[in-house]
Amino acid sequence: MPIKVLVAKPGLDGHDRGAKIVARALRDAGMEVVYTGLHQTPEMIVNAAIQEDVDVVGVSILSGAHMTVFPKIMDLLHEREVDDIVVVAGGVIQENDVPKLRALGVREVFNAEASTQDLIEGIERIVAAHGRDAARRAAQA
Amino acid sequence: MQTSERTVAEQREEWEQLTLLPFAERRPESRATFRTLGGVALERVYTPEHIEDVDYGRDTGFPGAFPYTRGPYPTMYRAQPWTMRQIAGFGTADDTNGRFRYLIAQGQTGISTDFDMPTLMGYDSDDPRSEGEVGREGVAVDSVDDMHDLYRGIDLERISVSMTINPSAWILFAMYLVVADERGFDRAKLSGTIQNDIIKEYVAQKEWVYPPRPAMRIVRDTITYSAQHLPRYNPVNVSGYHTREAGSTTIQEVAFTLAAGIAYVEEVVRAGIDVDDFAPRLSFFFVSQIDFLEEVAKFRAARRVWARVMKERFGARKPESMRLRFHCQTAGVSCTAREPLNNIARTAIEALAAVLGGAQSLHTNGYDEALSIPSEAAMKIALRTQQIIADETGVAGTIDPLGGSYAVEALTRAIERGCFDYFAEIERRGGVIRCIEDNFFQLELADAAYDLHRRKEAGERHVVGVTKYRDDSPNPAVDLHHVDEAAAHRQLERLRATRARRDGGAVHRALDELVRVAQTDENIMPATLDAVKARATGGEIVAALRPVFGSYVETPVF
Repeated sequence: MPIKVLVAKPGLDGHDRGAKIVARALRDAGMEVVYTGLHQTPEMIVNAAIQEDVDVVGVSILSGAHMTVFPKIMDLLHEREVDDIVVVAGGVIQENDVPKLRALGVREVFNAEASTQDLIEGIERIVAAHGRDAARRAAQA
Repeated sequence: MQTSERTVAEQREEWEQLTLLPFAERRPESRATFRTLGGVALERVYTPEHIEDVDYGRDTGFPGAFPYTRGPYPTMYRAQPWTMRQIAGFGTADDTNGRFRYLIAQGQTGISTDFDMPTLMGYDSDDPRSEGEVGREGVAVDSVDDMHDLYRGIDLERISVSMTINPSAWILFAMYLVVADERGFDRAKLSGTIQNDIIKEYVAQKEWVYPPRPAMRIVRDTITYSAQHLPRYNPVNVSGYHTREAGSTTIQEVAFTLAAGIAYVEEVVRAGIDVDDFAPRLSFFFVSQIDFLEEVAKFRAARRVWARVMKERFGARKPESMRLRFHCQTAGVSCTAREPLNNIARTAIEALAAVLGGAQSLHTNGYDEALSIPSEAAMKIALRTQQIIADETGVAGTIDPLGGSYAVEALTRAIERGCFDYFAEIERRGGVIRCIEDNFFQLELADAAYDLHRRKEAGERHVVGVTKYRDDSPNPAVDLHHVDEAAAHRQLERLRATRARRDGGAVHRALDELVRVAQTDENIMPATLDAVKARATGGEIVAALRPVFGSYVETPVF
């Protein structure tokens, strides 16, 4: 069963080059990819994650509003009892915010230098270790 | 250019046989194909053979004369250097005003304003969607009171003011005019620019409020209003920067941008305005990327293509309608977060390409571009980079110094051809707006961005310090712009104060009138000016018109 990823663009910012390249690269790597499109609220992102029944939500953010957006997404995932969905971040995120995001439960922060291969392997590794079906996936592998 | 009785082709063949081949056998070239950043295959060496179809008088000509390949003006930087216009915007209007004054004190000759995401997207600072974004990536402007403080102490008749604003541009334009009126400036002397290029928003930058067709009507109204009232103002800055930064090829950058220019001209001409009454005030905006020769060629090609379009397609008669003037910004995407001081070198090379390409105004990025909005220190070095080019290198002394270079002329020709090919394809697909609605540009762009990404990952293009010569010791620290977390709170207070001071009834009446005008084909600017003067906020104006114009949601493609 392929890993299913929701690529999400929160907030008002429209810098979607990275998100779209990531979406295509993950798809080319055999994952099932859903892209939310722009200008999503945390509610919209969490709803889409649940409706699409994804393993991973990859949030791309370049606006600097990550410390506003991520706490909301994580809270909503918890409230909706789907906090076993893996959340990873990408975009322009200053290094001193990375530990704060990790403390919120964001599994990985990929900066602009991460290669496609880093991203694919990173997601596969995290899903294997922490994904919803980690045990089942391990058994299959 | 014949140097002997033999043709250049014969001489080249002899050189290939006798000199190149034996040498290359001993020392082979490092790769089979060299391509520009934009993907154009480069010849090993360019010769007169490659520009046989370039006629000097017809295609190159002289600066300030058709087809303007060599520059829009006959004296260029010998008269005065380009406008050095560093963009600034963060926090509240007061915060940004401080940065403007600092840059002017350092020798900057124009102002450029970056607005925060809520202002760009037509939301007030107290809208729930604005949370976390107020004053973050630019300055927050809710009402004309903010606009007053933004340009306080700056002589608007002397300093040109550029505003990077798009779907809500007509409102900010109105705010700027009300500020100028209330301070007693002569509208005939105001110079500046609103970006106001809504087409490239749907294609690349992705800031929109209304669907494309009503949005085009708003742009049309700003152009016609400006043509009638503001002889020195640029009501639209047709922009390729964002398209290229979003991953387009070089040819796509120029082709999509000039296609947008064509769409605006058509829209205004359709309203019965003579092309020569507004075309002279259309201005353009391109990136200057790191691929030096290709970029110089790109600027030259853009001028030539636009001149031909205006003359041949629209029958423009005034030279000013045909000469393309552009602002330029060095490439944000070329900057790296790793070893950020390397970005100073990249930016200097890109800035030099802009100057050799004949830019009218230039923003150089700060070395911290990949990390945050720029610090004062980063902006100072960026400005100094321009000043060094202008005052130390000597390149300002002769116009279009790379004109006549076989390579640059051949690349100029290739980009020109690529543009006309795209124009034909866009036409065949039903025009620019139709192409947006059908996701044509968006898919072309996504393909190009992905292709470039793969070329980079395959090692065809290197990024020094990142993919090559990587030093894995800790990244050198630089002081970054400090985000003032209290700024958003101060902005909310400012907005509350404006709402408390104003005459609520007058605001309602002005908004009602604006809605009425929007439903007709009257120009939307006078009613917008009245609303702004009554201290209606940007968010209120945008919201009032949403029932008339509708909303836009894109179909995401990747």
